[in-house]
Amino acid sequence: MDNVKELLVILISSSLVSNVVLSQFLGLCPFLGVSRKIKTAAGMGTAVIFVITLASAVAGVIYKYVLQAFGIEYLQTIVFILVIAALVQFVEMFLRKAMPSLYEALGVYLPLITTNCAVLGVAISNVQKEYDILTGVVNGFATSAGFTISIVILAGLREKMEYNDVPESFKGMPTVLLTAGLMAIAFCGFSGLL
Amino acid sequence: MNKAGERLFNGLIKENPTFVLMLGMCPTLAVTTSAMNGLGMGLTTAVVLALSNMIISVLRGIIPNRVRIPAFIVIIASFVTVVQLLLEAYIPALNTALGMYIPLIVVNCIILGRAESYAYFNGPIPSLFDGIGMGLGFTFALTCIGAVREILGAGKIFDIQIMPDSYTPIGIFVLAPGAFFVLAALTAFQNFLKNRRARAGKPYEKIQSGCSEDCMNCSDKGCSKRFYDDSKSKVEEKAKETTDKKEAVETKTEKIEEAEEEKELEVVDLEKEDK
Repeated sequence: MDNVKELLVILISSSLVSNVVLSQFLGLCPFLGVSRKIKTAAGMGTAVIFVITLASAVAGVIYKYVLQAFGIEYLQTIVFILVIAALVQFVEMFLRKAMPSLYEALGVYLPLITTNCAVLGVAISNVQKEYDILTGVVNGFATSAGFTISIVILAGLREKMEYNDVPESFKGMPTVLLTAGLMAIAFCGFSGLL
Repeated sequence: MNKAGERLFNGLIKENPTFVLMLGMCPTLAVTTSAMNGLGMGLTTAVVLALSNMIISVLRGIIPNRVRIPAFIVIIASFVTVVQLLLEAYIPALNTALGMYIPLIVVNCIILGRAESYAYFNGPIPSLFDGIGMGLGFTFALTCIGAVREILGAGKIFDIQIMPDSYTPIGIFVLAPGAFFVLAALTAFQNFLKNRRARAGKPYEKIQSGCSEDCMNCSDKGCSKRFYDDSKSKVEEKAKETTDKKEAVETKTEKIEEAEEEKELEVVDLEKEDK
């Protein structure tokens, strides 16, 4: 029972309280770049959930059975980034062959995720917080779910603001950043949850 | 020597990675809660950038073009690991303050961008100075943003009280939302300058950032553009390519069949001659 409670706490804290984009600033490039329409934002979010959950599982297994077993934990940065890059390539090839419909929906987003710092960030924070593999996977899923929640909300707001009359200098990115800042304030409210 | 000075100036002012190129935004926002943290992060990144730039430039003749990105990443990750171990040993306070953002230097797009756009095409010495210039420019920018946030959010700079006691710190600027607001003001100022230059007839020049556009304008001109504008045409192109390939394959098989038929005929002819 304690275990379930701990997982639930991680689920809430990683997805809402310390949101990956709005309070940790990871994965900012796709957050700002791919958030103009709700549909594309949701597609990106789904792809991120898929990749991060898978990557945290693979990275957890490799850390425990390869790096720790041989006592070479200090190589984690190199190993993780290579494993993630290879994993994304592999997932892309696998989806193209095995599930063309899913590939159609997620395929375009996959190359962009390779360089997404959130994937590496989750793998590293799992190690730093000394999570075991299951907890790491839950943390990965929660983190990416938090990413999806925030990118979809931002996309919704941007769709509404598209034709607003803003001062010339604030057109485009500055307005989006201000919106993100206000969202970050709103997400601060979640800290009362825990 | 002149070239080295030019590279330093270029990185610090003309193509400042944060203020002009708008690259590497994640650490810029995350660690600039104080001027000290910004300085530490900037210098750490600068060391990695300069060294990896130099090594990539030295190895540019050996690295095959097709696997250059993985090769760059391995080189960068090695230097990050070295720097991280050094920080752990000698400046543990900074290491705990920056936490997981040190290993994340690997995915900082400034480093990969400079490798792609400069170090892979230029000699080791200019590349080293390009790295130092860009690194110092990044450090300068991070320290400035950190200082602004620290002054507004805590009334201090480098932990020294400078605002009068009557000033009430705006705590939000040290927290996460403050980073977004500071960056919003910064990009608005940059837009203002760009618009003014465009009106004066001096359009904003394209800068070699490794990508065609900076990260802030990614959805309009950069790599994310394809999600909105030409996604359809790209799909069509791909479909066309595959059909072309299929046709090519079909013609090939036809040719092979023809060749086989010819061979069979020859064999038949030979058999007739034998008889």
